[in-house]
Amino acid sequence: MLILTCPYCGVAAEETELAPGGEAHLTRFGPGSDDAEFESYLFYRENPKGVHFERWRHANGCGKWFHAARCTNTLEVFGTYPAQTTEPPAALREAISAKRPGWSWRSFSEET
Amino acid sequence: MKNHYSAFAVAREALRNHTGWQRAWRRAQPKARYDVIIVGAGGHGLATAYYLGKRFGITNVAVLEKGWLGGGNTGRNTTIIRSNYLQDPSAAIYEKSRSLYETLSQDLNYNVMFSPRGVMMLAQTEHEVRGYQRTAHANALQGVKTEFISPRQVKELCPIIRLDGPRYPVLGALWQERGGTARHDAVAWGYARACSDMGMDIIQQCEVTGVRSEGGRVVGVDTTKGAIGCDKLGIVVAGHSGVMAEKAGFRLPIESVALQALVSEPIKPVMDVVVMANTVHGYMSQSDKGEMVIGGGADGYNNYTQRGSFHHVEETVRALIETFPMLSRLKMLRWWGGIVDMTGDRSPILSKTPLEGCFINCGWGTGGFKAIPGSGWGMAELIAKGHSPLTDAFSLDRFREGRFIDESVAAGVAH
Ligand SMILES: Cc1cc2nc3c(=O)[nH]c(=O)nc-3n(C[C@H](O)[C@H](O)[C@H](O)COP(=O)(O)OP(=O)(O)OC[C@H]3O[C@@H](n4cnc5c(N)ncnc54)[C@H](O)[C@@H]3O)c2cc1C
Ligand SMILES: [Zn+2]
Repeated sequence: MLILTCPYCGVAAEETELAPGGEAHLTRFGPGSDDAEFESYLFYRENPKGVHFERWRHANGCGKWFHAARCTNTLEVFGTYPAQTTEPPAALREAISAKRPGWSWRSFSEET
Repeated sequence: MKNHYSAFAVAREALRNHTGWQRAWRRAQPKARYDVIIVGAGGHGLATAYYLGKRFGITNVAVLEKGWLGGGNTGRNTTIIRSNYLQDPSAAIYEKSRSLYETLSQDLNYNVMFSPRGVMMLAQTEHEVRGYQRTAHANALQGVKTEFISPRQVKELCPIIRLDGPRYPVLGALWQERGGTARHDAVAWGYARACSDMGMDIIQQCEVTGVRSEGGRVVGVDTTKGAIGCDKLGIVVAGHSGVMAEKAGFRLPIESVALQALVSEPIKPVMDVVVMANTVHGYMSQSDKGEMVIGGGADGYNNYTQRGSFHHVEETVRALIETFPMLSRLKMLRWWGGIVDMTGDRSPILSKTPLEGCFINCGWGTGGFKAIPGSGWGMAELIAKGHSPLTDAFSLDRFREGRFIDESVAAGVAH
C-alpha cells in the first residue's frame, strides 16, 4: 500500500485517500505549437524504471494537488512537495542523490 | 528432431517407462550473429519468431529472454480470448488471432487447451448497453461473429449470476460464442518448441543491456551473455518496452503499470463461460482444475514491481460478490501481478522505429494474450517485408498524425 504524506495538511495518506495524476512538471503546449510538440505533450510520458516524479491529489482529504518523488522499481517514496513549483526542491534532489547516485529524470539529475 | 506428440506416443512411452521423451526445446548458447534477434520470449516474441520461420523461411533467429520463457505477462494473465473489439484494425488483428487459436494445437502439435466456451461482457449501466450494441453492429460489419444478448439469455448461460443486484444490475451482455480461454504457458511452450525445431535459438537468462547501431541502423545487441550481431531486431518486451526503447535511442507513448489477478480454491464446475464485468473492473472464468480465475483493474501509477495495490483487489472482489453471491465463501489461494504496457488509445504498437532495422511490438496492455498468434503473424510480416496489412494501422506515427485506434471508448478495460 502506497503511503504519501500530503505536504499541505501533513496527513500520511494511504492510497485510497489519493488520486494519481500522472507525470509531474509537464510543459503544456498550446496553439501555434508544432505536431511534434503536441505529440509529446499529449502522449509521450516518462516511464522510468527508477526515480520518477508525479502529481497526486489528496482527493479524499484536503483536496490539494501536490508532487511526489518515488522509485518505480522498489516503490520507495523519496518525498512529497507542493504543486506550485516547476521543479523538485533542491533538498529532495540531494536526498535522492544520496539513495540513487547517478539518477536522472528529464532535465533533472544528480548534478543539477 | 523432436518427438511428435500423439496418443500413440503417450502409449508408447507408457510402455517404456517414459524414457523416450526429449526436451521440448534445445538449450542454446548465442551465436555471433543472427538474421533476426527477438528480445523477449513471451508469447508475442515467440509467435513472431515462429511465423518468421513458418511464413517467410527466416530461421536464423534468436529469441533472447532475461528471465525464463513465458515468465512475463504471458504466464500471468487470465487467458481471456475474444475478438469483438470496436475499431476495424482491432477487429482484423484480434479476429485473425482468435481464428489461429482454433487450430493452434494442431499447427504446433502442442495442446494449448483452446477452449471456445464463450465470452460475455456484462452491460451493467445504460451507457454500457449502448456501447456494446454499437460494438455488436460494428462487429457485424467486420464479419466478427458476436451478438448483444438479453438478461434472460445471460442467466441461461450463467446460472450463478445475480441479475438484479441493486448497484450493478445486469442489463444484457455482448456475447462471443467462439471466444474463450487457452492454457497460457502452453501457448509459450508450444511456440518455443516449434521455433527450436526450426533451428532457432531460444536463449534464457540472457538480458539485453544495450542496442548497437551504425549510421542509424541496428547492427546488434549487448547482452549478459556478450555481444550478438543481427540484421534486424524485434523488441517484444511488454512492460519493459520503455526501458528497451531508451537503449535503442527512441521514446514510446507507453506507461507501465501493475495489473493483478487471483484464483480461488478449486470447486466443482459452476460456470462454463467467461464473464467480464468492465464497469467494476472484474472478470472471471473457471479453470479446468476448478479454481475461479479472477482478474482485476490496473493501478493508476507507474510501477515495475509486479506487485499491485491491495485495494484494487478488494474493489474487484467486492463487486464480483454482488454479481456472484455464491463466491462470498470462497478462499483465495494465489494472487499476483504483471507489468502491463499502456498506450493512450489502449491499442498496441506494431511498428518500425526511428532506428533502421529495429521493430517494436508492444502496448498490448491488459489484453494481449488473445492476440499472440495474430500479432506474431503480422509482426513477422512487418519484419520480413517492412509492412503488413494486419499491422500497418498500429504504427508509432499514429499518435503524431491523430490516427488513433481508440479502444478505450469501447471498454474501460480491454482484457
Ligand atoms: C494480471 C493480468 C491479466 C491479464 N489478462 C488478460 C486476459 O484475460 N486476456 C488477454 O488477452 N490478455 C490479458 N493480459 C495481458 C497479456 O498478459 C499481455 O498483453 C501479453 O501476455 C503480453 O505478452 P508479451 O509476449 O508481449 O509480453 P511478456 O509475456 O511480458 O513477455 C515479455 C518478455 O520480455 C522479457 N524481457 C524484458 N526485458 C528484457 C530484456 N532487456 N532482455 C531480454 N528479455 C527481456 C521479459 O522477461 C518477458 O518474459 C493480462 C495481463 C495481466 C498482467
Ligand atoms: Zn492534504
